[in-house]
Amino acid sequence: MSREDNMSKGTSSISRRSFVKAMGALGALAAAGGIVSVDSLFTGGVPVALADSTEQTTWGHCAINCPGRCALKFHVQDDEVVWVDTYTSSDAGFDDPQPRACLRGRSYRRWLNSPDRINYPMKRVGNRGEGTYERISWDEAIETATDKLEEVIGTYGNEAVYIPYATGVSATTARPFNALLNLIGGYLNFYNSYSTAQISTITPYVYGTAQAGGSSFKTAEDAKLVLVFGSSPTETRQGGLTTHYDWVHLRERTGAKIYMIDYRMNDSILGHSAEWIPINPGTDAALVAGIGHYLIEHDLVNLDFLHTYCVGYDEESMPDDYRGKNMSYHDYIMGTGYDMIEKTPDWASRITGIPAARIESLAEEIGTTAPLYVNQGWGPQRRSNGEWTSWSIMALPCLVGQIGLPGTNNGTRENSGGPTLSSFPTGTNPVSASIPCFLFTDAIDHATEMTSKNAGVKGVDKLKVGIKYMINYAGNCLTNQHSQINKAHDILSDDSKCEFILGINTVMCDSMKYSDIILPDLFRFEQVSQISTGGDVAYMITGQPCTTPKFERKSAYEMVSLMADRLGVKDQFTGGKTEEDWIKSLYENSRSKDATLPTWDEAVDMGVFIQQHSPIVSMQKFRSDPVTNALETTSGKIELFSKKVLSFTNGWELEEGDTLPGLSTVPPIPAYIPEWYGIETTTDEYPLVLGGFHYRGRLHSSWGDIAILKDANPQEAWINPTDATSRGIAQGDTVHVENEFGEIELLAKVTPRVVPGVVAVSQGAWHDADMNGDRVDKGGSINTLTTQRPSPLAKGNPQHTNICQVTRA
Amino acid sequence: MVQYAFYFDGTRCTGCKTCELACKDYKDLDVGFAYRKVYEVTYGDTQKDSNGCVVSTCGGYTVSMACNHCYEPACTKVCPTGAMHKDGETGLVSVNVDRCVGCGYCHMACPYDAPKVDRAKGHSVKCDGCVERVTNGEKPVCVEACPARALDFGTVDQIAALGGTQANIAPLPVPTYTDPNFYIKPSDDAQPVGSADGKAVNPLEVL
Repeated sequence: MSREDNMSKGTSSISRRSFVKAMGALGALAAAGGIVSVDSLFTGGVPVALADSTEQTTWGHCAINCPGRCALKFHVQDDEVVWVDTYTSSDAGFDDPQPRACLRGRSYRRWLNSPDRINYPMKRVGNRGEGTYERISWDEAIETATDKLEEVIGTYGNEAVYIPYATGVSATTARPFNALLNLIGGYLNFYNSYSTAQISTITPYVYGTAQAGGSSFKTAEDAKLVLVFGSSPTETRQGGLTTHYDWVHLRERTGAKIYMIDYRMNDSILGHSAEWIPINPGTDAALVAGIGHYLIEHDLVNLDFLHTYCVGYDEESMPDDYRGKNMSYHDYIMGTGYDMIEKTPDWASRITGIPAARIESLAEEIGTTAPLYVNQGWGPQRRSNGEWTSWSIMALPCLVGQIGLPGTNNGTRENSGGPTLSSFPTGTNPVSASIPCFLFTDAIDHATEMTSKNAGVKGVDKLKVGIKYMINYAGNCLTNQHSQINKAHDILSDDSKCEFILGINTVMCDSMKYSDIILPDLFRFEQVSQISTGGDVAYMITGQPCTTPKFERKSAYEMVSLMADRLGVKDQFTGGKTEEDWIKSLYENSRSKDATLPTWDEAVDMGVFIQQHSPIVSMQKFRSDPVTNALETTSGKIELFSKKVLSFTNGWELEEGDTLPGLSTVPPIPAYIPEWYGIETTTDEYPLVLGGFHYRGRLHSSWGDIAILKDANPQEAWINPTDATSRGIAQGDTVHVENEFGEIELLAKVTPRVVPGVVAVSQGAWHDADMNGDRVDKGGSINTLTTQRPSPLAKGNPQHTNICQVTRA
Repeated sequence: MVQYAFYFDGTRCTGCKTCELACKDYKDLDVGFAYRKVYEVTYGDTQKDSNGCVVSTCGGYTVSMACNHCYEPACTKVCPTGAMHKDGETGLVSVNVDRCVGCGYCHMACPYDAPKVDRAKGHSVKCDGCVERVTNGEKPVCVEACPARALDFGTVDQIAALGGTQANIAPLPVPTYTDPNFYIKPSDDAQPVGSADGKAVNPLEVL
C-alpha cells in the first residue's frame, strides 16, 4: 500500500512494524519510493512509542471559529490518539493545495486528553463564578435543565431564554439547541457577531448584500498595487487552505507592490518590513480622507466611475433631496461641509502619525497605479468608530474607480468559503425580538430599559423581560471573550438576574464557571461530522470518530435529544433520525445542488475533498452593467452618502463621541470620528492606547489552557522601547496593564514592531483572577480592560478601543 | 553515504511555529522541550519625530531551525561516551540513549543549541531527522507540516540545488564552525551572520 493509498482512505489500518516485516526492508523502500539506498536504517529500530501492533487513522476536522477547518489525520492505537497528522505529502509543490493544520491543530491531542476536560455531567455547588462543581447523573442533569427551562418559559415567556454568541463548534449539525428551543416557543434572538459587528452592519448600506463580497487573494496576483488595512492574514487564519497559505502564495506570485497599514509590524509583514506603513490605531478613516484630498487636488479621482456607480461623492451625485446641503463626502474632505475642516494630508498626518509627505506619495501611487487591490481585515472595524473606518476603506477604491475589474477588490476582506453544504434545519423562531449579541449582559441586567433607539433592539420597540435562562454551548463569551470582565462577573454571578445557565463544553473555560449545570461535550472529531470552507481553493472535510466516546461525554445532538424527550418533542427534533442520518441526508441535499461533490462513501473515504475555482473578482457584474445588476442599496449604487443611515438612526439616543459635532444622527458618510478611548482621547492617568490582536497560540480563547502552546507562545504586552524605557520596563519583565475597568498581569515584549504610545495585547488569554480579592487578572485577558459600551450604529464590540497605563510589577 | 539537509525559505516563513508543535506532538515532547526552534530577529527603531509622526527603521524576520546534522558536529566531538553520533550512512546525528550519561557537554558545545538534556529521561534529546519517516520515503514531520511551505528536506545535493546558501544569516554563527547541512533562502530583512542587528529577540519563546 502506498502512502497515497493510505491517505485516500477515511479510515485505514497499517502497522509500521508489520509494514516493514511484510515487505522486507528493501522492498518497503522501493514501494515507498524512498531515497535511502541502504537498509541499515531499519536495523536501528523503530522508536518504541511508534512500534505499535495496529495503528488506525481517521480523518476529522477542526471545528473552532477560524475558517481554517484544518484537516486532521488522527493516528489511533487501542482507542487512543497517539499523534495528529494533517493532509500533507512529501512531494507537494508550492502550488499544490493542501489544507495543512496549524500549530494548534497539531496540538489537539493535549486538549483531547487535557486534565481540564469535562468528563461527567455536573451541578454547581458553590456561588456562580466560583467554579465548584459536583458530579451528577445524566438523568439528574437533564431533569434539572429541562424543568428549569419550562419554569422560566412559564414564568417569563420565551423571550427570557437566550443562546449567547459562541465560537467553539462549527459543523453542518452544530446548532441543535436552537432547533430545540424553536420547538417549544422560541428564544430571544441575537444579531451581529463579535468578529464583524461594525463592518457587517455598514456594508449593506454601502454595497448591499448579494454583491458585497470581496475578491480572492489570488485576484491580487494580477494587481500592481496591494493595500492591506489592519490585517495579518497569516495570524488570523493560520491553518488549512485559507489566508496563511494564500497570503504567502500571493506575495510570491504577484508583481504588485504591497503595503500593509497597521499599528503593529505584524507577523504577516515579517521579513518584508518595506511593506509596513505604521499608523496610529483607529485612524484609518483620517488616512483615507487625507488621501482623498490629495486625489481631488491633483485630479486623480475617477469622476466617471463616481458619477456612474456611486451616490454621495459630490454635489452632482447626491440624492435629489439632499442637494444644496453640503453633505457629500467631497464636502467633508474639502472642508465645505460637516465640521468644515479641510482634510489635507497635513491634517491626516497629525491624526494618523503618518508623515504628510508619505500620505502624499501613497496617494500619488494610488491615483496612478492600476489594478489596485484594497483589502481590510476585521481589526480596524472592531472599534468605537469601526462602522466609519471600514466604510472609509471601502471608499478608497471607489475614489479611483478600482472596483469590479481584474486585479481589484472593493475594500472589504478577501473572499473565503467552500462548497455549499446544507445545515441542520433549526426551524422558525416564534420570538421576534432580537438584540445585538454584544448587549446580552445589558439584557440580563436591565432589559426593560433597552429599546430600538438606545440599544439596537430589533423586531420589537423594547424588550419585555430580561434574560433568565441561557444555554452556553461551546462558548467563552460570557466573560473571557465578552468585554469588561469584572462587570460581566458582577452581573452573571447574581443568580437572581439570570436564574439558570446551562453550560456545554469540552473544558472548564472561564465562562463555564457561571453554569448551573454542565454537560460534557465531544469534539466534532469524536463524532461523524462534515464541514466546508476555503480561500483561493475550496474544500470539504468528512470526518469519522477518532475514538469511542470516553467517560460520560455525549454529542450535543444526543444531549438535545434527551432534553427534547423530556419536553415531549423528541420526534419533532430528531425527525426519527440519528445525527449521522441527518449529516448524510443534508449532504445528499447538497449534492443535488452541486454535481461536483463526491458521493457520501467517497467523501468518507477521501476525508478531504478539494474543489478548485476561478479567482473571484468582487462586483464584476455590477461594474459591467450597473443597471441590470443594481446593488441592494437605497439607490442601487455604491453609497458614499447614505440616506438610510440618517433615517434609521433618526431619534436615536447617542452618547458623546458617537457622531460628528452638530449631528443628531450618526454620520451618513465615511467620516473620521475620534475613538472614545483612542489616540486623541488618552488621559494623564491612562496615557497609552491599547489594542488587541489574534495570536498564533490560540484561536480566540480556544487552546488557551494548553501548556505546550503557552510555553512557546507566552502572553505578552507589546510596548515600544520609548514607552518601556520611560517606565523602567525591560524585555521579559512582568508588567501590569491597567485602566478604569481593571488590571491584568503579563510579560513585556519590548519591541519596535509597535508604534510609540500604543500597547498591544493578544486577545483570548484565559482570565485568571481572584474575583473575591484584588481581581488582578494574572492570565492577561485583554477583556478585563475592554468596555461594554457598544459602537454607535452596529451596537457592536469595540474591543480595540481602549486606553491604559503600564507599570512594572 | 548519503548526507541529508534541511532547507529554510525565509521569504515564506511567518513564524507560526506549526513546525515546532507538529514535531512536539509526533515526538511526544512536553513543556520545556522543542527539537525545532523558531527565532525572531527584530532590529531598528520606531519612534515619533518632532511632528508626532511615526518614523520606523524596524525590520524583522524569523528563522526556523532544528538540528543541522552538521558535517563536523560539535556535539559528537565532545561526547565522552560516543552516545551522540553521526550515522555513517545518512549523516543524521542522534543520541544512543543507552550510552548517554546526560552530562550535557553536547548541549554546551552545539552552536545551534540543538541537543538538550532531559533530566527526567536521564539523557540528551534532539532532532534525529525523523529517521523512520525518511526511511519510509517521507520527510520529517516538521517539513510536511509547514502551512507556508517554507521548509524542505532531502539529500544535501538536492537541498543545495534549491538556491539557498549554507546557514549564513543571523542569529546563526558562522557556518565554518560545524559545516551545517542547513540551507537558507533569506528574506529581504535578513541580516548577515554577526550583524549587530541580527540578535534573536524572543528568548521567552525559544525552549
